[in-house]
Amino acid sequence: MQNVYLAIVLAPLIGAIIAGLFGVSRRVAHTVTIAGVGIAFLLSLFAFKEVVFGGHTFNQTVYTWLVSSGIRFEIGFMVDSLTVMMMVVVTFVSWMVHIYTIGYMHDDPGYQRFFSYISLFTFAMLMLVMSNNFLQLFFGWEAVGLVSYLLIGFWFTKDTAVYANLKAFLVNRVGDFGFLLGIAMVLMYTNSLNYSEVFSHVDKIKDMTVQILPNTEWSLMTVMCILLFIGAMGKSAQVPLHVWLPDSMEGPTPISALIHAATMVTAGIFMVARMSPLFELSETALSFVLVIGAITALFMGFLGIVQNDIKRVVAYSTLSQLGYMTVALGASAYTAGIFHLMTHAFFKALLFLGAGSVIIAMHHEQDIRKMGGLRKYLPITYWTGLIGSLALIGFPGFAGFFSKDAIIEAVHHAHEMGRAGSGFAYYAVLSGVFITALYSFRMFFLVFHGKERMDEHTKHHLHEPPLVVTFPLMMLAIPSLLIGAVAIEPMLFGDFFKNVIFIEHAHNPFHAEHWHGIVGMITDSFAHPPVWLALSGVAVAYYLYLINPALPESIKQRFSAVHSILVNKYGFDQFNEWFFAGGARGVGGLLWKVGDVKVIDGVMVNGSAQAVHGVALIMRHVQTGLLYHYAFAMIIGLALLLGVFVIL
Amino acid sequence: MFADLPLLSLLIWLPILGGFWVLAVGRNDSNAPVARAVALLVSIVTFVLSLPLFFAFDSSTAAMQFSEKLAWIPNFHIYYSLGVDGFSMPLIVLTSFMTILVILAGWEVIQYKVAQYMAAFLIMEGLMIGVFAALDAILFYVLWEAMLVPMFIIIGIWGGQRRVYATIKFFLYTFLGSVFMLIALLYLYSVSNSFDILAYHKQALPMNVQVWIFFAFLVAFAVKVPMWPVHTWLPDAHVEAPTGGSVILAAIMLKLGAYGFLRFSLPITPDASHALEGFMITLSLIAVVYIGFVALVQQDMKKLIAYSSISHMGFVTLGFFTTYMITAHSNPASAAMAVEGGMVQMVSHGFISGALFLCVGVLYDRMHSRQIGDYGGVANTMPRFAMFAVFFGMANSGLPGTSGFVGEFLVILSSFKANFWIAFLAATTLILGAAYTLWMVKRVIFGKIANDHVKELTDIGARETLILTILAVTVLAFGIYPAPLLDVMHTTVQHLLEHISHTKVL
Repeated sequence: MQNVYLAIVLAPLIGAIIAGLFGVSRRVAHTVTIAGVGIAFLLSLFAFKEVVFGGHTFNQTVYTWLVSSGIRFEIGFMVDSLTVMMMVVVTFVSWMVHIYTIGYMHDDPGYQRFFSYISLFTFAMLMLVMSNNFLQLFFGWEAVGLVSYLLIGFWFTKDTAVYANLKAFLVNRVGDFGFLLGIAMVLMYTNSLNYSEVFSHVDKIKDMTVQILPNTEWSLMTVMCILLFIGAMGKSAQVPLHVWLPDSMEGPTPISALIHAATMVTAGIFMVARMSPLFELSETALSFVLVIGAITALFMGFLGIVQNDIKRVVAYSTLSQLGYMTVALGASAYTAGIFHLMTHAFFKALLFLGAGSVIIAMHHEQDIRKMGGLRKYLPITYWTGLIGSLALIGFPGFAGFFSKDAIIEAVHHAHEMGRAGSGFAYYAVLSGVFITALYSFRMFFLVFHGKERMDEHTKHHLHEPPLVVTFPLMMLAIPSLLIGAVAIEPMLFGDFFKNVIFIEHAHNPFHAEHWHGIVGMITDSFAHPPVWLALSGVAVAYYLYLINPALPESIKQRFSAVHSILVNKYGFDQFNEWFFAGGARGVGGLLWKVGDVKVIDGVMVNGSAQAVHGVALIMRHVQTGLLYHYAFAMIIGLALLLGVFVIL
Repeated sequence: MFADLPLLSLLIWLPILGGFWVLAVGRNDSNAPVARAVALLVSIVTFVLSLPLFFAFDSSTAAMQFSEKLAWIPNFHIYYSLGVDGFSMPLIVLTSFMTILVILAGWEVIQYKVAQYMAAFLIMEGLMIGVFAALDAILFYVLWEAMLVPMFIIIGIWGGQRRVYATIKFFLYTFLGSVFMLIALLYLYSVSNSFDILAYHKQALPMNVQVWIFFAFLVAFAVKVPMWPVHTWLPDAHVEAPTGGSVILAAIMLKLGAYGFLRFSLPITPDASHALEGFMITLSLIAVVYIGFVALVQQDMKKLIAYSSISHMGFVTLGFFTTYMITAHSNPASAAMAVEGGMVQMVSHGFISGALFLCVGVLYDRMHSRQIGDYGGVANTMPRFAMFAVFFGMANSGLPGTSGFVGEFLVILSSFKANFWIAFLAATTLILGAAYTLWMVKRVIFGKIANDHVKELTDIGARETLILTILAVTVLAFGIYPAPLLDVMHTTVQHLLEHISHTKVL
C-alpha cells in the first residue's frame, strides 16, 4: 500500500513540476495537472475502500529525515478513516477546481503557473493530512501556507494582492510561532514526534505541571494544547488571527474555493481532531477553544451582513463556519467538527465557484449592488447556488443541516456537562444560525432576484459560462445535497472514527442509542429553534432586500454607529497596522538609529577611535621633531630617574 | 585509497598556488579570459578533491582524520599539523563549493584587474580551508590573520564608494579581536609547552584562568560571527564589498567565528563556558530578536541581508551555548540536537545568504543600486529571477523543505528543553525573519513596474541561472534530506558533549 500512498502524493507534485518548471503549453499544463490530481483522487477512493471497508489502516515511515539526540525525525504516512476522508475531500474538490480553472483562468497569461501552484497545493495538503508525525504535519502546514502566499499574490502587479499575501503569511506565522513551541513541548515531554508514540506516552505526563512564569503551576496539557491550538487559530483563521482570510480574496476565485474555504483553512480543525487524545486531557484548553470558536462564529457572521463584494460575503461566511467547527472541537465533539468540515468543504467550494461563475458572467464585477435578476441568465449557477445556500444555512435535509445541528446539539451537551464558556457558545451558535441565513440570502436575493442593476453593456453579454465552469458546480451540488444524510450515522453515531478520534465517554454527545434515523432527525428539528431561526433569517432577508429594499438603507442611517463598526471590521486591521506593523517598524528604527548607529558605532567604535585620535593630538606636541626638545626631555628624564634612584 | 594522499595540504595549497598561477597568466586584463578559465579550473579541481573528505569520512570516530603532521618550528614545538573531524569537514566542503560559485559570479561582472580578483578568492579559499583544518595553534593563528589580507584587498579594490571606511573598520575590528586570541594561545603554550590544539583540550586550568581565556577567545570569535554588540562592521563591509566578497564573507568567514567556539572555547574552557552560558545565551537572543527588528527597517538590500545573517548566526551560538542548560534538565545526549542544529544552521546559512547576496548582485549589476526604494515590480521584467528570489526569500524565512528550516527547527526544539522563554524568544524569528525577508521581496519583486529602469531590466542569463539553480537544488536537497549532513557529525558532537561535561578545574 505504501506505493499507492506515495503515488497519491507524488502525482500532483509531478504535475506541478511539469506545469511550472518546463515551460509547457497551456494544454499540457492543464492536462498533466488534472491527470495528476485525478489519479490522486481515484487512488484516494481506493484507499477509502481499503481503510473503511477493509479495515486496513496504515502507519509507516517512508524515510528518516534526520536523527539527532537519538530522536528520529521521519517522513511517513498514517492513513486511517480520518485521513482517507480528508484525502477524498481534498482531491475531489481540488480536481473540480482544476477543471473549473480551465474556464476561469482562460485568458490569464499566468495560466501554467496557476495550474502548477494548485497542484503543488494539493501535494502539500495531502502531505499534511497523511502525516504520521508532527514534523511532516508542520512541513505540510507551512507548505500550504507558502502556496497560499503565492496564490493570493498571483496577480502580483495588484498592490492589494501583494499586500494581502504578505499579511496572510505573517499572520499565519504568528500562529505557527505558537504551534512550533507546542511541538517543541510535545517533543520535550514525550521524546517523540510520532503521533502514535506521543499518544501512548500521554498517560505518563497528563498530571504534570509546568512553571512558565515564576511561582505559577500550570497544567502541562493545558499549556501544550493551547500552544498547538494557536497554530490552528492562524491556519483556520480564528479571532484574533482571522484578519488575513478576508484579504485573501485578492487571489483568483478558484483558489478562494479550494484553499481559503474547502481545504487549507480547515487544516487547523483537522489538526485538533487528530490531537484529540491530547485535547481531551485539558478541560481548560477545550474551554479556550470553545470560546474562541464561538466568538469567531458569531462576530464574523455579523460582518457578512454589511459586505458588498460577493467574494467577501462568502469569505466572512467561511470565517463564521470555521468558528462553528472550532466550537465543536471545544465541546469535545471532534467528530461533529470534522463532519461539518466535510459538508462545508463541498457546499462552500460550490458557493465560491458559483460566485466565480457570476463574476465571469459579470465581466469581473464583484459588487452585489450592481447585480440582480441573474436567475434567468445563469440557470445552472442559480440552482446550484441555491443548493449551496440552503446547505449553508442548515435547511432541513441539506448537508449543512445535519452537521450544524450536530454542533449545536454538542454545545448543548457541553453546557449540561458544565464546560466553562459553553453557555455563551450555545447562544452564539444559535444566533449564528439566524445571521448565517440573513447574510446568505441577502447575497442570494441581491444577486439572483430583484431588479437588474447592471449596466446595459454587461446585461447584453450576460450568459451562462461554459461547461468546464458549470460541470464542477453540478458535481459539487450533489454532495452538498446528500453527503450529510449519508454520513451522519457512521461518522457521529457509528464507529467510523473509532480508535481514531478519542472522546471521553462522558464528553461524547452522540451515542448510538440516541440515533433515530434521518427522517426522525428532520421531523424532530422542527421542534427546536435552529430551523426556525434559519427560516426567519431567510424571511427577513426576503423582506429587506426584495419587498422593501429602502428599509436596509434607513436602518443603516439609524444605526450608523453600529454600521461603521461593522464596516471597519471591529477595527482589527487598523489596530494591527498601527500597533504591530507600525510598532515593529518603530522598534526596529529605534534599535537601529539609536542602538547601532548612535551607541555602538557612535560612542563605542568611533568614540574609541576619537579617543585614540585625541590622545594622539596631545602626544604629537611632544614629538616636535626638534633635536634640542628631545635632548632636553632625555636629560629631564635621566635626572628624574636618578633622583628616584638616589632617594630610594 | 585517499589515506596516502596529503588531501588537506592539497586543498590548502592547490588554490593558493593556483591563485599565483592566475596572477601569472593574467598580468594585464587583456588576458582576462585565460585568468578566468584557470581560476574556474582550479576551483573545480579543489572542490572535486574535497569530495573524498565527505565520502571517505569515517563518521564512527571522533578522532581527527586525514591527519598530517610535519615539524615547522621545532624549537617552539610548532607543527604543520592538519586534520578534520565532523565539525571542520562539512565547512571545508562548503568552502570549496562556494568558491566555484563566486568565481562564476564574477565572470562578466568584474572587468577590472580580473586576474587579481580571481586570485584573491582562490588564495582566500586555501587560507580558509587551512583555518578549518589547522590543529596547531600557531598555524591556525597565522592562517586566521592571513585570511584578512585577501578580503581586505577584495573590498578595498573592487568595493563600493565607502570601501576605505569599511575595510579599515573590518580590519581593525577583526585584527583587534584576534590579538586577544594570540595572547590566550601564548598563555596556553606557557602552561602546556605545546601549540597542539588537541592538547589544550586536555589541559587542566583553574577557573579564573579559564574565564580570562574564554573572554580572550570570545573577543576574537564574537567579532567574526559577529555577535551583538560587535557586529556593526559587518553591514558596512557587506555594503561595500563586491558581490563575491559578500558571498564569501557571509557564507564562510562568519562560520570561522562559530567554528572557533567549537574548536577552542567550549573544549578548552568548559567550566568558564558553563559559568557564562547565561551571558552567551543573552547575546545570542539579542542577535535573534534585536537584529531581527533592525533588519526590518533597512532600506539597503545588502544591509538587510547582512543583518539577517547576524540574526541567523544567533541561532548558531544559541545552539552551542544552551548545551549546559539542556544537560542540566535531561540527559547529556539530548544536548546533541542543539549543537547539531547550530552546525546545520552554519552550513545552510552559507548557501542561503550566499544565494541572497548573489541575487542582490544580479540586480546591482543591472541597476547599480542596492536601495529597495529604487525597485518594484521586478517580476514583470525578470520572471525567472523572481522565482529564485522568492525561493531564497522563503528559505531565509526558514520554510520547511529548505535547509533554512532544519537548523532553526532543531535549535528551537532543543532550547525548549533548556527554558521555555529561550525557545519563545528564539521562535520569534518565525515572524521576524519572514517579515523582513518577505517585505523586501514584496517591495522589490512584486507590484507594478516602478520606474523606467526596472522596465528595461533583462532577465538572468544562462550563467546566472546556472549559479542560482545549483544553490536552489542544494538548499532543497538539504531541506528534504538533511540526514547525511547530520550523520557525519554525530560522533564528533557526542565526543564534544562528553568532553565538556567533565570539569577541568583541579
